[in-house]
Amino acid sequence: MNTPTLSSLSDTELHALVDGQLSAAERVAVKARLAQDPTAQDTVAGWTQQRDRLRSLHADVLAEPIPSSLLAAAQQTVGAQLRWQQWSRLGGMAAGVVLAFGAGWLANTAWQNQGVARMAGQATPANEFVRQARFAYTVYSPEVRHPVEVAAAERDHLVQWLSKRLGKPLKVPNLAPHGFELVGGRLLPGETGARAQFMFQNAGGTRVTLYLGALGAKAATPASQETAFRFAADDDVPSFYWVDQGFGYALSGPLDRSTLMQLADTVYRQLL
Amino acid sequence: MDRSDLIAQIPGMRRYARVLTGNAWAADDLVQDTLERACSKWRLWAVGSDLRAWLFTLMHNLFANDVRRALRRQPDGGTVDVDEVAHLLGAPDDATALGLDLQRCLMLLPEEQRVVLLLVCLEDMAYTDVARITGTPIGTVMSRLSRARSRLQQLLDAPAMVPDEHTANRAPNLRRLK
Repeated sequence: MNTPTLSSLSDTELHALVDGQLSAAERVAVKARLAQDPTAQDTVAGWTQQRDRLRSLHADVLAEPIPSSLLAAAQQTVGAQLRWQQWSRLGGMAAGVVLAFGAGWLANTAWQNQGVARMAGQATPANEFVRQARFAYTVYSPEVRHPVEVAAAERDHLVQWLSKRLGKPLKVPNLAPHGFELVGGRLLPGETGARAQFMFQNAGGTRVTLYLGALGAKAATPASQETAFRFAADDDVPSFYWVDQGFGYALSGPLDRSTLMQLADTVYRQLL
Repeated sequence: MDRSDLIAQIPGMRRYARVLTGNAWAADDLVQDTLERACSKWRLWAVGSDLRAWLFTLMHNLFANDVRRALRRQPDGGTVDVDEVAHLLGAPDDATALGLDLQRCLMLLPEEQRVVLLLVCLEDMAYTDVARITGTPIGTVMSRLSRARSRLQQLLDAPAMVPDEHTANRAPNLRRLK
């Protein structure tokens, strides 16, 4: 297929043609070259037929009524979200009013705890956590000679060591698809115990850090065990941070919000 | 996300899981687990981002964990739990021999190739979305897609391996022997 002529079509172009993932202009260009290439025509015909057959496989399931157990599970998810949204709206009121009102309104203690943690505002463990993450970024990212304690070349050792110190098996996210390679990592003291910082760098020399660690006993309320993605950009180090099962993650770097969000999203998906 | 958005995703998730696992029960279990995971994780879903991609990421991770677990429990050349290989033993509730054969050949692909092929062909996912959902670089996605397509074609073209009506019906007898 990859005959070394100038016009030979790459596998990627053929896949994209079959899967309808070319722009209109690319499509015209690829089709013109395809007309000269009988081998590629066969490939495209075979793949197209295969794709059509796959798409008809179990297509009847799409029209089946949804089993009630699945509907119930979906309902639960939506219900949990609605309760949260209602409660969040109340979060805008004065703290005392919400506390008094919320306590009477919601008998469920879990929801009370969430409200209290929200109202504590600036002083939540998660806020403190992201503040420390941004400090660590500011201190270490400008380092030329010693940005990390253990370099990416010793990746396995780095992961083993930090996992042991943080008391949790850690993974280093792969940010190569976004152009960021691992520089290395270091161990840091945090308010509630050991923290780890992984540093990544792109070809332009821009550095981002992933800062992570347990939030400690102060974070033992359900609300601070898990939070939504949050964005913090009070100074010049923007960060996305979130808490999952009592463990905090903060991704910091001088990127625009949407780029940083994409990176954070990748990190989150890989650590899920 | 509102109720109808989430529910609208279920038929597609069921069909994908059905083709992926080759088994109706396993498929609905996987979708159920995914929805339960979404229930405990939904606060991490960034509002406004692609709900379907997020659900498929959750589902992919659950599936990958199941596969890893099954492989660990299966020592080299040792015995295999019937339930874990049920998908290899034909899909007796399927109507046409053609569909049977396609599903059987699909199940012979390595999981990571099958996942990419189905996300692309069944779900019309962009290659970059597939990379994000599976947590692999785009180059790996493309090479898995290539290998999946040629391997599936080889399997479908191998006439000796096509199970006829007869062997498909005998599938239950094979279970204990496997």
